[in-house]
Amino acid sequence: MSEPGRSSLLPLHTKGLTLEYDGARYINAIDLTLQTETLTVVMGPNGAGKSLLLRLLHGLIPPTTGQVCWNGVAMSDAIRQRQAMVFQRPVLLRRSVAANIDFVLGLKGEAKRDRRDEILDNVGLLDFARQPARSLSVGEQQRLALARALATEPEVLFLDEPTASLDPASVLAIEQIVTRAHQNGTRIIFVTHDIGQAKRLADEVVFLHRGELKEHSSASTFFSAPTSEAAKAYLEGRILL
Amino acid sequence: MKSAIPLLLAATLLVALSTSATATERSILLQSTTSTKNSGFYDHILPLFKADSGITVHVVAVGTGQAIKNARNCDADVLLVHAEADEKNFVARGFGVKRHRLMYNDFVIVGPSSDPAKISNFKTAPAALTRIAQTETLFVSRGDSSGTHKREQALWRSTGINAVAASGEWYRETGSGMGATLNAAVAMSAYALTDRATWIAFRNKQGFKIHVDGGKALLNQYAVILVNKARCPANKAKAGQRFVDWLTSTAGQAAIQRFRKNGQQLFFPNAVKN
Amino acid sequence: MQDFSQAFVLAFESVFSGDADLIEIIVLSLRVSLTAMVVSCVLGLPIGAILAITRFPGRGPALVVLNALMGLPPVVVGLIVYLHLSRAGPMGSFGLLYTPTAMIIAQVILIMPIIAALSRQVLEDLNNEYAEQFRSLSVPRHAAIRALIWDARFSLMTVALAGFGRAIAEVGAVIIVGGNIDHLTRVMTTAIALETSKGDLPLALALGLVLLAIAFAVNAAVMSLRLTTGRYANV
Repeated sequence: MSEPGRSSLLPLHTKGLTLEYDGARYINAIDLTLQTETLTVVMGPNGAGKSLLLRLLHGLIPPTTGQVCWNGVAMSDAIRQRQAMVFQRPVLLRRSVAANIDFVLGLKGEAKRDRRDEILDNVGLLDFARQPARSLSVGEQQRLALARALATEPEVLFLDEPTASLDPASVLAIEQIVTRAHQNGTRIIFVTHDIGQAKRLADEVVFLHRGELKEHSSASTFFSAPTSEAAKAYLEGRILL
Repeated sequence: MKSAIPLLLAATLLVALSTSATATERSILLQSTTSTKNSGFYDHILPLFKADSGITVHVVAVGTGQAIKNARNCDADVLLVHAEADEKNFVARGFGVKRHRLMYNDFVIVGPSSDPAKISNFKTAPAALTRIAQTETLFVSRGDSSGTHKREQALWRSTGINAVAASGEWYRETGSGMGATLNAAVAMSAYALTDRATWIAFRNKQGFKIHVDGGKALLNQYAVILVNKARCPANKAKAGQRFVDWLTSTAGQAAIQRFRKNGQQLFFPNAVKN
Repeated sequence: MQDFSQAFVLAFESVFSGDADLIEIIVLSLRVSLTAMVVSCVLGLPIGAILAITRFPGRGPALVVLNALMGLPPVVVGLIVYLHLSRAGPMGSFGLLYTPTAMIIAQVILIMPIIAALSRQVLEDLNNEYAEQFRSLSVPRHAAIRALIWDARFSLMTVALAGFGRAIAEVGAVIIVGGNIDHLTRVMTTAIALETSKGDLPLALALGLVLLAIAFAVNAAVMSLRLTTGRYANV
């Protein structure tokens, strides 16, 4: 969702994006462009660098070399504040469910009870408002983490395998919330290793293998006719080293 | 927040406790040796002075050496100790106004009732100490430059024996106050030199007895000195002088005379009449 | 062993007879050590929090020094404070020597390293969990510190109690800067020292038992605070 008078963060351009630690390259010279308001799914085998790529795009870690540009502007703290991220494990404050939402609303100076209740209601957690956040099931906690991220009204929402190891009902709930947010205009960049989930959600697919961008195409193209060797192997269920 | 209420209660309690009265009424600070404190002397004397003058005397009881040092640092209005040479030095260097003899008692040598070194036959302290050294019987010393310790050192000097050379063997230096030293002596079944007042009031005797007393060598003279306001401008010299005057007055001396512990008189007033 | 049974009886008697002197000593002990604990937390918690979440050159050695300061000998602290507050010292004109305020100052110096060092560890552990999420949400530093301290409040309560325990149990500092003056600066530990030096061991032991009971009561009170608000407890 872009505010009137403020330019969108898109398109995203990365050029020669590289991440190196102790001589090992974890992300290798990725040139990526994300244009329109499609729902992007980032896929690849474990260790491909999907999580690291997300963190680079969200400004959580600096690249060794290369650039991340949002609509021509280099990655900065100001841009990061217009984004949000949901991690694989929910990191909730040791407080009530409601207090977790109040915390982020308070950061923006708009801690209003009605707004908080509305947010909780949208994800079906209003009944749990006064309970300790950590007493919820993992699926419910992740829903809360997602609600919290959306409460900041981000223009771009990153999700790093948010439903890995959740029960099917929770997976469905999360996916529905994400889809709804996307329909409301939030740009979604979603990491998953679940091919079924990718098929359900993706408009376009970015495929990584060993830190390199191997394929970037529309979802229909990717799943029916992958071009790269790595993507083919992955979709066929073969292990490619 | 529900949790705020117990926190608020706790904070209120804390503030209430913190605003209790401090030493705002008229008061002076007395740096003193420990024997007058441990024997209960101040518990007897100070209320009488307060009734007479309205002045509260706050007593810091440390060893004589420390008391004199504190007084030199201007952390005292009045000094009450029992080390004549140091007292005279204190006045001579301008820290004290005048040394007033106050009261006396005596030192005694105490030891186990079995008297292992058989010193009770000896009439004088130097003779007894010589015997203890010869038999290498355990002896506990203050070792802390207090008035008692300085007297003990003087007694050893008069015997010509270097007891410190045997430190750690039969001669044990605690570096502590009289009470702690007596506790150690009793626990080690060792002899010790102590002032009579502390000994009479001491409650951990465990059968120990006085074996040697009497004689000029064991005389213990206490003196009181007003700290010099010229050196310590913030001192309460008027109130301090009032205390010194009262102690050396007929009323004060009579109060000292009356003080009894376990039925015995501990201090004998001998201030020079003005 | 006779001293022990005597001590128990004496302890009961003096407490339940409401001995005025004893009450006065107990109140002063609590006042000095609780105040020292509160002041040390106000000063030490933010230090611990800042050390927990910031990285700066020399941080490693700074942590080593801070941890080492937890072992400050009380008598050394007392001596240093005395030298400063003595009339002959740099801060003598405040007239603080031989007052409860001096005792509080000494105990604050004594326990602040404990509060800072232990809270640093607690908050750093928690920050390792929260840091990435906070960065994602662009939480400003002061809000992050407040959030960490509040979320770790139960562990930090234990840290505060550790500081209090050290304060109420020490004698070396308060006896030098306070002077153990009757009705003015005499606390439980200095009273115990005095009775011991008078050879009245049963009474000294009895006072020790009373001191233990007080420490127990304070800890129990804080624990009950935890339990009543424990709905949010997860640490």
